[in-house]
Amino acid sequence: MIPEIGHFSLILALLVAIVLGSFPIIGASRSNMVWMGLAKPLVRIQFLLIAFSFVCLAYAFAANDFSVVYVANNSNSTLPLEFRIAAVWGGHEGSLLLWALILSVWTVAVSLFSKHIPDDMRARILGVMGLISVGFLLFMLFASNPFERLLPAAIDGRDLNPLLQDPGMIFHPPMLYMGYVGFSVAFAFAIAALLGGQLDAAWARWSRPWTTLAWVFLTLGIMLGSNWAYYELGWGGWWFWDAVENASFLPWLVGTALIHSLAVTEKRGSFKAWTVLLAICAFSLSLLGTFLVRSGVITSVHAFASDPSRGVFILAFLVVVIGGSLALFAWRAPIMGRGGKFDVVSRESFLLANNVLLAVAALSVLLGTLYPLFLDALNFGKISVGPPYFDAVFAPLMAPALFLMGIGPIARWKDASLPELAMRLRWAFGISIATAIILPLILGNLTPMIGLGLFLAFWVFATSAEMVYQRLRKSEQPLIVRIKSNSRSWWGMVIAHLGIAVFTLGVTIVKGFESEIAVKMFPGDVAHLAGYDFTFDGVKNSQGPNYESSLGQVHVTKNGVLRTILEPEKRLYTVTNMPMSEAGISPHFIHDLYVSLGEPLEDGAWSIRIYYKPMVEWVWGGCLMMAFGGLLALSDRRYRLKKRAENMEKISTKEVSE
Amino acid sequence: MKRALIPLVIFLIVMGFLFKGLFLNPREVPSPLVGKPTPQFNLPRLDNPEKEFSPKEMLGKVWLFNVWASWCPACRDEHPILVELSETGFVPIVGMDYKDTRQEALQWLQNGGNPYTVTAVDADGRVGIDYGVYGVPETYVIDKAGVIAYKQIGPVTYESLRDKIIPLIKRLQAQ
Amino acid sequence: MKLRFTFQLIAALLLLQSLNSYAREAQPLETNAAVEVQVQRLSEELRCLVCQNQTLADSHAGLAEDLKQEIRAMATKGMTDQAIIDYLVARYGDFVRYKPPLNPLTAILWIGPFGLLLAGGIGLFIMLRGRQKMAVNLPLSAEEASKVSELLNKES
Repeated sequence: MIPEIGHFSLILALLVAIVLGSFPIIGASRSNMVWMGLAKPLVRIQFLLIAFSFVCLAYAFAANDFSVVYVANNSNSTLPLEFRIAAVWGGHEGSLLLWALILSVWTVAVSLFSKHIPDDMRARILGVMGLISVGFLLFMLFASNPFERLLPAAIDGRDLNPLLQDPGMIFHPPMLYMGYVGFSVAFAFAIAALLGGQLDAAWARWSRPWTTLAWVFLTLGIMLGSNWAYYELGWGGWWFWDAVENASFLPWLVGTALIHSLAVTEKRGSFKAWTVLLAICAFSLSLLGTFLVRSGVITSVHAFASDPSRGVFILAFLVVVIGGSLALFAWRAPIMGRGGKFDVVSRESFLLANNVLLAVAALSVLLGTLYPLFLDALNFGKISVGPPYFDAVFAPLMAPALFLMGIGPIARWKDASLPELAMRLRWAFGISIATAIILPLILGNLTPMIGLGLFLAFWVFATSAEMVYQRLRKSEQPLIVRIKSNSRSWWGMVIAHLGIAVFTLGVTIVKGFESEIAVKMFPGDVAHLAGYDFTFDGVKNSQGPNYESSLGQVHVTKNGVLRTILEPEKRLYTVTNMPMSEAGISPHFIHDLYVSLGEPLEDGAWSIRIYYKPMVEWVWGGCLMMAFGGLLALSDRRYRLKKRAENMEKISTKEVSE
Repeated sequence: MKRALIPLVIFLIVMGFLFKGLFLNPREVPSPLVGKPTPQFNLPRLDNPEKEFSPKEMLGKVWLFNVWASWCPACRDEHPILVELSETGFVPIVGMDYKDTRQEALQWLQNGGNPYTVTAVDADGRVGIDYGVYGVPETYVIDKAGVIAYKQIGPVTYESLRDKIIPLIKRLQAQ
Repeated sequence: MKLRFTFQLIAALLLLQSLNSYAREAQPLETNAAVEVQVQRLSEELRCLVCQNQTLADSHAGLAEDLKQEIRAMATKGMTDQAIIDYLVARYGDFVRYKPPLNPLTAILWIGPFGLLLAGGIGLFIMLRGRQKMAVNLPLSAEEASKVSELLNKES
């Protein structure tokens, strides 16, 4: 009964979404207040209906209702409750429902925090988000119904893929979707502006916090995914340039360009065309990612079970939404105008270069991801494009962007002076070059890539330090006051940029200096790596809720002193008969020690791999800093609604000087 | 206005490719061995491990080379079709038992019928690698000169026989 | 006589005891370290054909293990990286390489990103220079000047 109610709720939501996607938009062009006013209540009703539907599906999982196909395919009675709930989004149909739910959440949020936006614009924004919702609800109801019944009911389910039975599954997809779907807000703002013909600095200001928030979620979502892969997959890797990973990285790259571009449009009125195009592209890439994962067009460990007919539906949806918005862009391009003048050397031009670099990087990742498909479609055979390609191409493309990150924030708006900048940054440059050469030599391995990575990381550290120092030293007041006199927006930028430097440093060091050994160990044997001694204490067998476990113990000593005890585990999940390796990891500021159990060998020994991963935690620490920087920028007083009116005057003069 | 159309045009081109992609199979790996001489080997025979089989024995004839295993579910699907084909005498079928045990292989042939004029045993899969085998079943059409003319990835079906394999064999036999 | 035997026995026992108190060194899984480095390097660049997008290094599938053994055998014989890759490509095609070869088919793939970068950079430069010229105020013709004042008067 409950699945049917959930299904019905979804149908009602579709009807609401259809009204939401049409009346307010038409009403905006006709200045019909009633039709525009429909948006707010409809948005809330839509949210309630979809949320209710979601709860019904979750209930079906919690209650082990195996008469629902989706539940039978993705769950099992021995699956612990938290994973049964996470399994709601473990498969294609349920993840679509999650998509729709999160979209309705963002839509409600926009309707709540948009009192300062003109009525017609708000109506259009909510209307566009309603249209997107229509697409997803239609798709679910006609091609991917999560509530489809299985009669007669299965006795028990197929179980959730063991790889997904992990806390990561509880957090990573929702966080990621919050990001993906969040870019629909920036998209809706852009479309609304194109439709209404109002593309100005005010539009950019309203758009910016939503975009930054989506970007923060996406950053965290990707970070969680990477971290999860690291400790779950058992071989110490954390990024594979898999098609689906790329599908989440592409909107991130474009989203980063977008937040920078919005900053310029807000402050200087320039880059309007760029900003609108980037907003359309960011969300389009989110949608493209949705397509890639579900259509069977690419092979990926992340891909859902594929079906060409579903793929055709999503493709049609993409053509309508993205094609429509790009056509609208082309049609309305003349109204966007040019914006202010700025010099060849100016903060604007540096940010424009940044846009170009990020766009080229995104296009390159897209090219690499789709190239095998291009060749195959043209009957030129099959090739694979993997990490060796992306690593070789991406790093050189990002290097100039990282370099610019040190210069851009210091350059003046409109007209800056290269000699002046060079003068100001000469110490930072010197320190970075020196560190880039000396540090690897001390650590024992100097290669061009390591040198480049270290140079860029320290360049950003040094230039940020210089910038902060210059900002803070000019006054006599206590430090706290001086810090507070710079806006949160500015501090957010500093911290986010430092986060990128931290990330770059982590990646460079771990890739340049990591090591591993593969050994055969009997209980009592000791292996050595990176100055540590790893003694294998043996394996204990036990029974988990839905798996058999062989829990190993390895104690780590250095110079005879016990440092840590690692517990790598090998599990065999009973329902799917899939083996899983849970690594034993000792995370640490400066390095991780990582042990994974291989196979039991005939004579009672185990094959074991031991990894030394220097500074790998900085990879995710950097991402956390980026997200924190974004959140800090969001909490800037100019977005706080109450203080808005009072501070209008103060803020506008401040921005010009930043 | 013209320049602003570029993103739309690029997008539509990409969509065209993606549409085509829906009907392709990204996991199917075409073989670079088509058009090349069939790799040589000397493997023990399943019926009599003392004796060996080599592709040289089949020179001058068009033949099918079918890689199978008793543990392979898809092989079960194609087996009756192969048995039927062998009964017509249209083309000799040589089997290669891939990474299997003799006992189970013999049992399998006993249960399902034996369409093979002879079966070679590739116990460790090394010959399979030479043939670019990555999954079972796979079937090769080899011509009179010992050149691989076609590789069927996955089970042989009535459609693939009708549309590709049998016409090809007829052409090769007429040469 | 008995005393010497006892001493020898005690010495032997002590020796055995001291041997036991040393933890045994773990043996590497494979004996030839140099070969293993090459096998690992190649396995990380080659694709497992039966997996959902994994390298040979990360995969435990049967075919992956077989191919790794094959690579090990070739590496032990002293074959170079390129020779081993060519061997596998001859049998499985370019699909097995995660690093695409550079040939006319993949030219766009390899050169594309840098071509785009170059094009982007040039485009940027041209656009920036164009902006400088655009902002230079061209004097209005008499006709345009009167139109402007007309419009201005209309507004007020």
